[in-house]
Amino acid sequence: MRFSATSPSSFSRLLLALTLAAGLSGPALADVTLLNASYDVARDFYKDYNPMFTKHWQAKAGEKVEVKQSHGGSSKQVRAVADGLEADVVTMNQATDVDYLAEKGLVAKDYAKKFPNNASPYTSTMVFIVRKGNPKALKDWSDLAKSGVEVIVPHPKNTGNGRYTYLAAWGYALKQPGGNDKTALEFVGKILKNAPLFAAGGRDATTTFMQRRLGDVLVTFESEAELIAKEFGRGEFEVVYPSVSILAEFPVAVVDRVVDKKGSRKQAQAYLDYLWSKEGQENAAQNYLRPRDAEVLKKYATQFPNIKTFSVDEVFGGWTKAAKAHFVDGGSFDQLYVQK
Amino acid sequence: MSAKKNNVLPGFGLALGYTLVYLSVLVLIPLGGLVLKSTSLTFAQFWDIATTERALAAYRVTFGTSALAAVINAFFGLIVAWVLVRYDFFGKRLIDSFVDLPFALPTAVAGITLATLYSTNGWIGKHLEPLGLKVAYTPLGIVVALTFIGLPFVVRTLQPVIEDIEPEVEEAAATLGASRWQTFRRIIFPAIFPALLTGFALSFSRAVGEYGSVIFIAGNMPLISEITPLLIISKLEQYDYVGATALAVVMLGISFVLLLAINGLQWWAANRHNNRNTGGEQ
Amino acid sequence: MSVRRANTEPAWVRYTLLTLAFAFLALFLGVPLAAVFAEALRGGWEAYFGNLVDSESLHAVTLTLIVAAIAVPLNVAFGIAASWAIAKFEFRGKSLLITLIDLPFAVSPVIAGLIFVLMFGAQGYFGPWLFEHDVKIVFAVPGIILATLFVTFPFVAREMIPLMQAQGKDEEEAAVSLGASGLQMFWRVTLPNIKWGLLYGVILANARAMGEFGAVSVVSGHIRGETNTLPLHVEILYNEYNAIGAFASASVLALLALVTLVAKTLVEWRMRAETAMLTAELPPEKTN
Repeated sequence: MRFSATSPSSFSRLLLALTLAAGLSGPALADVTLLNASYDVARDFYKDYNPMFTKHWQAKAGEKVEVKQSHGGSSKQVRAVADGLEADVVTMNQATDVDYLAEKGLVAKDYAKKFPNNASPYTSTMVFIVRKGNPKALKDWSDLAKSGVEVIVPHPKNTGNGRYTYLAAWGYALKQPGGNDKTALEFVGKILKNAPLFAAGGRDATTTFMQRRLGDVLVTFESEAELIAKEFGRGEFEVVYPSVSILAEFPVAVVDRVVDKKGSRKQAQAYLDYLWSKEGQENAAQNYLRPRDAEVLKKYATQFPNIKTFSVDEVFGGWTKAAKAHFVDGGSFDQLYVQK
Repeated sequence: MSAKKNNVLPGFGLALGYTLVYLSVLVLIPLGGLVLKSTSLTFAQFWDIATTERALAAYRVTFGTSALAAVINAFFGLIVAWVLVRYDFFGKRLIDSFVDLPFALPTAVAGITLATLYSTNGWIGKHLEPLGLKVAYTPLGIVVALTFIGLPFVVRTLQPVIEDIEPEVEEAAATLGASRWQTFRRIIFPAIFPALLTGFALSFSRAVGEYGSVIFIAGNMPLISEITPLLIISKLEQYDYVGATALAVVMLGISFVLLLAINGLQWWAANRHNNRNTGGEQ
Repeated sequence: MSVRRANTEPAWVRYTLLTLAFAFLALFLGVPLAAVFAEALRGGWEAYFGNLVDSESLHAVTLTLIVAAIAVPLNVAFGIAASWAIAKFEFRGKSLLITLIDLPFAVSPVIAGLIFVLMFGAQGYFGPWLFEHDVKIVFAVPGIILATLFVTFPFVAREMIPLMQAQGKDEEEAAVSLGASGLQMFWRVTLPNIKWGLLYGVILANARAMGEFGAVSVVSGHIRGETNTLPLHVEILYNEYNAIGAFASASVLALLALVTLVAKTLVEWRMRAETAMLTAELPPEKTN
């Protein structure tokens, strides 16, 4: 038995942990418990952030706060909250999701103004991941539309990553000389023709590109490049920054209906406020999310190359409009696929 | 009900009553809620959602690949069940136990694993590629995933029935001069045919609704490799609950009719078999 | 064992069938299973076990076992009742009833979860009432159990109906005419006859109950350490770029499903031992 030779400790740890698990469901030790419903790749960020906040709040208000996490696809999480998941706060990766909660009256209509920076404590942008040495010399969005290039993207209609990619390419086309909605539709259509498949999600797209070695370029969040390095090693790929890309914002909000019922508004508000503190911003930078705080951004400048970005609000007039024009049934994405 | 007249066995009322209550609480009422939700659409709206070009293509892909997968499972499932019950060989128990694996693995894991195996550089895919066969990210990939998740049904419905066949009957046939093939065709196959149909129906209906494993290997290209459950998810991503229920109701309706037909056939086959054996008792 | 001669095929048929069965199982079960373990063990045993002992994984295992332990017996009781009524009696609408029992399979797991959200969710039919009385069904353990019951609903019943049908009702009728009570008949005649079908039904239902992802995912709420079942945990780990953890948890699920198989083997051995004792005492005619 190899395992007993190499790791006698892991087995006794397993036993110990099993005995602990049996007695785990005792009464909570905390004064207040918060539930944070979040998107799936935010785990690393909040795993570090939650203990920081617990410590901060203990020192400031003398209260023990325990923060529980719920992670899943962004829209799915928001549907769960609307259907009764008692999350005190939501921390998402697209504004459409929080907009839905606002429309249902669960969060304030003006949630984006309740916190600085459009209620998004950090940002990211869409970048290209290419094979080592960039053999196809892919530099900008226009290279992705060339014939013979294979592009790996998550489903443009159903996933956050896919939608950001779609809008980024659309915005790039609009900014070209003579660019308008018609040329943009054509341009995005060319890129999507180069996609051999639509991956089920961001993670699936990465596996397809890195492990199954399909495609010449993967379009994904800048912050995800670091996760890819962690899983697959740094020597396998390069990150390419296009000439212009989209600003991905990650809106947060307090869920009024829940905090009013539980009486946890004060703690929930403080939990989100603390995201803008120096510690919170540093934590964002360490997780490769671009901090809003200029000083922190400067400190980590090497890890965040300059890139021109446009926001969804500037180019598309907000997420609600963008979704209506492109991602609802019969929107521009569907038009690309249904024969006339 | 007419059941009492010529039947001395007890417990009919209790058994059927319990069945109906349990069925209603757990299945009929919740599904009724689903249908009710979809009625907030007018018929014209419902029809528009249910018959878009993409929806029609998705039904074709979903039901076509499911039927193909169920046929594959029926054929190989029969062989596997036969081998597991009748033959002795090394490692039989171990192999028997792995038949349930497709249920135990979360569908997402199955999908990710199959996509990796069948993509052009995967353990299996790289041997198929030179033959010009692309599996991952084509409708063929959907068939592979659906065959995987439906595999246990045929094997597990046939096993107890094959175990139950009395050896005396086969021996009698053999003594009467029937060849092994004749015995199989005339005696064994009719006895296991109803169970085979049941296994087919279960494998098929499980495949029709499957989502988790398929999306990882399908490629999800509109009109080509897009399954109906993906369209339902797509509606939900737009917070369109009503549209999602409309598609779900269509799926439910088609599945219901198909299952009803298979079950009718199954029932007919079982009665014919029993009547022939007992000399017709009705 | 020695009377097998008349029941076996010629050797070449036997080997062809064995080869076909092996090839099919290897392709569709063996290779995927090997791939799961290969991924899980990519970082060695230390990483494998290290990923399994964190409290969230253990909680997920516990919750998964609890849910299966509740859902499977409920569906067994239903399965016995339904197959008794359907296989032993004639009544109108039987095909319809069987089809309705099958229906949960054809319902996409996502929809299976959604129907309970539509019923018990905050925007659902009973949601406001539940909210007022502070009863949590969806996004809590009861919702997970409901969804699991729904997706494993047909297994036991569908295993036993064809079996009971194939057996007919002569033996039970004989028992009753000899004056056995309903319960005696069930324990002494019916149960011994259906035990294999029942066992296969339990095995299937159990494996599916522990492995169900889609439906449970909709009603769970994904609260770590609270409403995360093992399959959900697997997906979350994978999405967080912890592939080893994800596949390690998946391998645990595969192993858990084997527990019922071990139980089946034990039952088989015991029964064979009993039969052997009986045949030693009795003339070797009837072994049942």
